[in-house]
Amino acid sequence: MINSATQGFWLADSAIDATAFREQLGDESCGACVIFEGRVRNHNEGRAVLRLAYEAHAPMALKEGAMILQEATQRFAISKAAAVHRQGELALTEAAVVVGVASAHRDAAFQACRYIIDEIKHRLPIWKKEYYADGTAEWVNCRQCAAPHAHGETPG
Amino acid sequence: MAIPVKVIEIKWFAAYREAAGVATETARTDAATAAELFVEMQRKHPALASFSAALLAINDEMADWNRTLQDGDEVLFFPPVAGG
Repeated sequence: MINSATQGFWLADSAIDATAFREQLGDESCGACVIFEGRVRNHNEGRAVLRLAYEAHAPMALKEGAMILQEATQRFAISKAAAVHRQGELALTEAAVVVGVASAHRDAAFQACRYIIDEIKHRLPIWKKEYYADGTAEWVNCRQCAAPHAHGETPG
Repeated sequence: MAIPVKVIEIKWFAAYREAAGVATETARTDAATAAELFVEMQRKHPALASFSAALLAINDEMADWNRTLQDGDEVLFFPPVAGG
């Protein structure tokens, strides 16, 4: 189906304004608005996490993010979609990513929101570094990239 | 016949950037493909030696590792992504 969705994807260097984010999803034809926040959690794979840092390649991240939103509007009967991803340093409980979708009915909004966050995680050129309570740090999904000296326990 | 040397701009990201010790560098290389260039750079930066090649972009478009490099290309080496 073709629809004239309003959409936007951007990167934020500081805390995401949840109120402003929600306001852009206002639409008289929409009875549903689904917003997902991915937040910084204090643990991952059994390790205590203190904070995160995200590094993005902005030119391609912005293009890919806009593409994902466009795909969502083509696949699902939604009117508006928006998403924002943080970069730089983040503290626990902060929103790292926010995805919002507005549609006439709730099913399409839930499905589109799920599609967008899943694609963001798989495709966006953004990397996450976790800083742990034990003083180490690691790039997520990059175990084979870890420098051997990172944990001081890898044999020669 | 001499192989012409290409000038390639390289950008490293995240774990790769930390291992290479630089975010950007200029390579004068006769590498035919990005895969060859990556191996060449692993020799230059030993900390990259244990890394597997993940994703690649050339001139801000995702690209195949076997794509032929052109003089003046900007090659971006991406570790596995981890957004959200």
